[in-house]
This record gives sequence, structure tokens and C-alpha cells, in this order.
Amino acid sequence: MKKQLIFRMAAFLLLLVGVVALSNRTAHAGSQENAANQVKIDNFSFAPATLTVAPGTTVTWKNSDDVPHTVVSDDQVFKSKVLDTDEKFSYTFAKPGTYPYFCSVHPKMTAKIVVQ
Amino acid sequence: MSDYIIHNPNNDGIDRRGFLKCMAWAGTGAACVLQGGVLKSFALGHSHNGHVGSLKGELSFVQISDSHIGFNKPANPDVIGTLQAAVTKINALPTPPEFVLHTGDLSHLSKPEEFDALDQVLKSLKTSRVFYVPGEHDVLNDNGKQYLERFGKDALGQGWCSFDQKGVHFIGLVNVLDLKAGGLGNLGREQLEWLEKDVKHLRSSTPIVVFAHIPLWAVYPDWGWGTDDGAQALSHLKRFGSVTVLNGHIHQTMQKVEGKVTFHTAMSTAFPQPQPGTAPSPGPLKVPAEQLRNLLGITDVDYVRGRHSLAITDSPLTT
Repeated sequence: MKKQLIFRMAAFLLLLVGVVALSNRTAHAGSQENAANQVKIDNFSFAPATLTVAPGTTVTWKNSDDVPHTVVSDDQVFKSKVLDTDEKFSYTFAKPGTYPYFCSVHPKMTAKIVVQ
Repeated sequence: MSDYIIHNPNNDGIDRRGFLKCMAWAGTGAACVLQGGVLKSFALGHSHNGHVGSLKGELSFVQISDSHIGFNKPANPDVIGTLQAAVTKINALPTPPEFVLHTGDLSHLSKPEEFDALDQVLKSLKTSRVFYVPGEHDVLNDNGKQYLERFGKDALGQGWCSFDQKGVHFIGLVNVLDLKAGGLGNLGREQLEWLEKDVKHLRSSTPIVVFAHIPLWAVYPDWGWGTDDGAQALSHLKRFGSVTVLNGHIHQTMQKVEGKVTFHTAMSTAFPQPQPGTAPSPGPLKVPAEQLRNLLGITDVDYVRGRHSLAITDSPLTT
């Protein structure tokens, strides 16, 4: 009887640890997508102007400006459609390298992604 | 009430005081007239007692710009309404214009329904002739294919054109395509070659009017307000005695005179933008609703034969 109770408690604890670990992982993944790998477009500029990520990372751009912008790499590796306010664009960087890009509507807006 | 340039040490045809006064008046309606390198400005109210009225000549046309149909944010949630107000104003002009020039950014997002709505509003113009050049907002996603099919059927290349009207040679240029990272407006080699050929047969006394979306002169390069190869275009027009360059893009009036060339930008019919360097970015200037129509408007241009100067009058939607 007592043995069974200990077993049950242990199982419950294990489950709890598992849930906490899982939720931690989810939270971690979420924060990565929201902050570390995101470029904010606002006031006719990309922030951060240089973003460094590991190969395989998906970078997301979000337009928070009240005019439309685009995200176009200088050598056309990636190219978004026009992004209206609050619209997003994502691209996954497989290979290491430096990827300069700009807004093809307002070409004074330039920035780069460094993959290493 | 008029300011004359008496002495200009810079020898560039611009009187700073007169120029600034003229610009300051632009918000309430002003006429800027260039005669023999002399810039004069009059308040619009004077047109009734002969100053501006006497300038009416053989050819009168109107420039409108930056209608941004589809824009729906502060300070103007009703860009169709303000475009309609511009049309009403044009239709009420004492001298009916022979045609209207739209210097680009017809739409905000190049959507078919935005072009449709613009078409619909401009149908109520008394003049049926409207000439267009595209703005960067009209060529999104498709490099201007849709724009060209709808508004540039008779145009050449990516939408450039030229025509003659009452002895004046008009040239519409496209400087919003193939923009380079870090750069400004771009005309490109093909268009520049066409321009050179287009004006070759003209007499140097022919008055020239160039219209394009982005200013051909460096208004404020930090905000992209200029054209990288604009100087090359102007070099083909050097020998002409009267050149008037009409642009939009910056949603405010500015005028500069350089030798025989007068540069002028028009107000938007949709929303104002900040003066160069006065805001973190050139995004829409948010103004109180009651002030909006003071900052939107139309540009009326008159040509008097033999005078080799065009009279340019900016007037806001409110007056």
C-alpha cells in the first residue's frame, strides 16, 4: 500500500518536472521568435541594423510604421511582398554569410543579417 | 505685397527672403512667378486686382499629386474625400485647365480597387485629359505592370512620355523603378538616352516642362528626396531658355530656381509630410483635422507666350 503511494507520488513529480520543462522550452522558443530573431521596421528604419543569427534561424520582420515597406536583399536572395502596417515577412537563413538588404520603396533604408 | 529680388549675391536667381516668404505663404495660397531670373511672389488674394490675373496666358494646366488612395490612417482617414475636394477646386478655377498632370502615388498600395477609386473620382474633372507618371506606391510588387496597363497605355518604356501643347514641350519621367540599396530616385540609362533624343529636334527657345514623382533636385537626400541621375537629365536640357520641373513625393511645396530652371514640388491631396529634418522620419504628418485641408492642395500653372516663364500658383483645398 505504502509502496504504491510512493510510486504514485514519484510518477506525479516526474510528470510535473516534465510539464515544467516543456513549458520552459515553449517559453524559450517563443522569446526567441519574438525578440532575438525579429527585426522591427519603424520610422523608416530597420532595428537592429545588424542582426547576427546562427545558420538555420528564421528571421521575422514586422512593419510597425504607418507607411508600407519591403524587405529585399541586395542580391535578391530574399524578397518580400510589400508589407503594410503590422504585416510580417520571414526568411530562414540556411547558409553562413552576410546578407545586406534594403526597402525597395525607400532605398535609403538599409540593414544586414549576419549568419555565423 | 510683392517681393522682388533686387540683389542676389549668390547669382542663382533665388532671393532668400523673397523665396522664404513665398514658401511661407504656400500654406495659405501663393503665386510664385519667375521672370527673367527674378522671382516675385504675390498673396493669392491679389489675383483679383490684376497681379496674378494678368498672368493668364495661352496655356493653363493643373498639377495634382500624391493622392495615396487606400491610405486610411491619421491625419486623413478620407483620402477620397480630399481628392474630390481637389477636383471641385480644379473645376471651379476661373481659367479651365487644358489638362491635369498627376505626379504619382495615385494609390497607396498599388491595389486594383485603389486605382479604380482614383479613376472614379477623376472622372468628374471637367477636363478629360489627365497625364500620369507613377510614384513608388504605384509600382509595388509588380514593377509597375498594372500601372502601365491602366495609366501608361500611350507611354514609352516604363511609363515615360512627351507631348507638345501650344508651343510648350512636356516631358513625363519615371524615377521610381529599379531603386538601388542606399540610393535615391532613379531614371536609368534607357530613359536618359530617350530624353536626349526626344529634345534633340527642339529649338532652344521652346519652353520645357518636366514632370516626375521624386524631385529631380536634391531636396533632402537623407530622406531619399532626390534623384541619383537627375543631374544627367537636366544636362540634356541645359541649352533651353525656360525649364520648369514639377515634382511631388514630398507632400509640401518647395521652389528653387537655378539659372533657367525652376524646380517646384506640389502639395499632396492626401496627407502632409514634415519639413526636411524636422521629424525622425518622413512619415505622414499628423495634424488636427481642422488644419488638414490647409496643407493639401493643387498647383495651377500658366504659360504666357513670349514670356519664357511659367506662373506657378499653389492653393490649398481650404480656399
